[in-house]
Amino acid sequence: MNKMRIRRKTDSMSIVFIVLGALILLFIFVPLLKTIFSSSPGTLWDTLLTEEVYSSILLTVYAALIATLVGLFLGVPLAHVLARHNFRGKRFLEGLIDVPIVVPHSAAGIALLFVFGKQFFLGKLFGHIEIGFVDAVAGVVIAMMFVSVPFLIDSARDGFKAVDVRLEKVARTLGASPWRVFFLVSLPLAWRNIFSGSVMMWARGVSEFGAVLILAYHVPFLGGHPTVAPILVADRFASFGLDYARPVAVLVILISIIAFITLRTLAFRKEKA
Amino acid sequence: MIVIKNLKVNLGEFLLQDINLEINSGEYFIILGPTGAGKTVLLEAIAGLYSILEGRVWINGREITSLNPEKREIGIVYQDQALFPHLSVEQNIAFGLRVRKCSGDEIKAKINDMAELLRISHLLGRSPVTLSGGEKQKVALARALVIEPKVLLLDEPLSALDPETKEKMQGELRELHRRLKTTIVHVTHDFEEAVALGHRVAVLNEGCIAQVGTTEEFLRQPSSEFVARFALSRNIFSGRAEDGRNGNALVDIGGVQLRVVTESRGEVHLSLRPEDILISEEMLQSTARNCFHGVVSDITDKGSVVYITVSLPPDFICLITRQAFDEFKLRKGMKVWITFKASAVHVF
Repeated sequence: MNKMRIRRKTDSMSIVFIVLGALILLFIFVPLLKTIFSSSPGTLWDTLLTEEVYSSILLTVYAALIATLVGLFLGVPLAHVLARHNFRGKRFLEGLIDVPIVVPHSAAGIALLFVFGKQFFLGKLFGHIEIGFVDAVAGVVIAMMFVSVPFLIDSARDGFKAVDVRLEKVARTLGASPWRVFFLVSLPLAWRNIFSGSVMMWARGVSEFGAVLILAYHVPFLGGHPTVAPILVADRFASFGLDYARPVAVLVILISIIAFITLRTLAFRKEKA
Repeated sequence: MIVIKNLKVNLGEFLLQDINLEINSGEYFIILGPTGAGKTVLLEAIAGLYSILEGRVWINGREITSLNPEKREIGIVYQDQALFPHLSVEQNIAFGLRVRKCSGDEIKAKINDMAELLRISHLLGRSPVTLSGGEKQKVALARALVIEPKVLLLDEPLSALDPETKEKMQGELRELHRRLKTTIVHVTHDFEEAVALGHRVAVLNEGCIAQVGTTEEFLRQPSSEFVARFALSRNIFSGRAEDGRNGNALVDIGGVQLRVVTESRGEVHLSLRPEDILISEEMLQSTARNCFHGVVSDITDKGSVVYITVSLPPDFICLITRQAFDEFKLRKGMKVWITFKASAVHVF
């Protein structure tokens, strides 16, 4: 007897949704792929070897990494507090944390300048220990951190929320102090969320333009005065046109995609293990 | 010994208050109450995991009211077991010993002893995620017991298990308690569980303790309507199960021999729902294997239903509808027959 196959009629809604979905996917991937394949590998390589370009890319990657590490140190404790405690105004506070995502980033740069500028409070405070922010690497770091740390805090908070409170309670009765419970139970269980939040934060930091432009356009780094890669792309485009800007754009896209995929794979493997 | 004086805890919706309890060393103590009565919170308050408004708690003469949970030496096992999913079974059990900074050899030895006692040695290398409900429960018990706590708190430990596993675990708990003699406080909503395991029982209702005593005391003299409801919900007997005819067991419950369906022999508890008993004026010829002659000794009118106590002795509580009660014109002192199936008797 023939193998029976029951085939449901595909409904019209599914068809419409699949077509619309395909359109948005094309919208996302076509420009990226077209840009990547528009420059020959030779051109890309030559561009990468230009000092202006490689120091810019290194600065971008490095500053975003430092921003993420500082974000981890300061943001994860906040995420834990938000996940574990209820207090008045918590909703409001959670909304406030996401504000950097929605304000124009050039405005965010101005706001940072008002606090970290040499003549302002925090600028003066850090000035005493020889840390300046305006047109300095530290300025790139705080500009990136300001606009990207909400991604980390939100993700870490969701991670901690997903950890059963009873696990922490049991650990306490077994003799663990709150510190040890955090490091032995809560942190390992929320780790995946924290890690993927960090990846998001880092990637968002790498792509930051507006806030960095205002606060730290060109900074002393590796003996030169590079600017971050997104600004370099825009500068080249404005001054010399598309052909000159495109290879840098390709490099930035490639590096972001490779880093993103690598880190996501790492996180996924960790979960499987 | 645990002494709890005037404990008051805010549960949000209502208060847990006037909690006064004395639980003896080595006792298997049951806290019985419906869902939402505040049982879990009471346990967590004893363990120091839930902040209290008022009251004091002592363990073995030492006041622990202001002590952090990690200093109290109280183990807890939750209904959902709460095993650490990122650790293996062995690492789960080792957790308490690790944070106490025991040596590697000591940890190994203690884990092996505990695993043997609970017969889970073969599970040590597994991830808790892959275990069955009963296995998880044993691992959670091992994890709590391996640090030799002064008190073991069990929060509905049997509720999440299927009936068969539940019965087995009940036996395991009784055996474990007999061997380790740890003071156990066990929270449940199941009256049969309380009868099967508890030395004494406290009934908790709406944040207050309604009655403390043995289950027999509850059955004989419930102090409140609420406790009576627990007691009226089941006929509870105990006796020795022996081989009867045709594979059925006979259990002598003091005066009469009940036919029941069970593989168990020796001391058993029996429960029988009041609504499973038929009352008749004449002896019934039927397939039901249990048929006894007795006297109506008490009538409790509940409106639409009526509870009839028939004394053989012992007393059987039967539930009939108002209509049946009126038609049969039952009164105290009347001689009646009660009939129920062997399979209606639950053995535990």
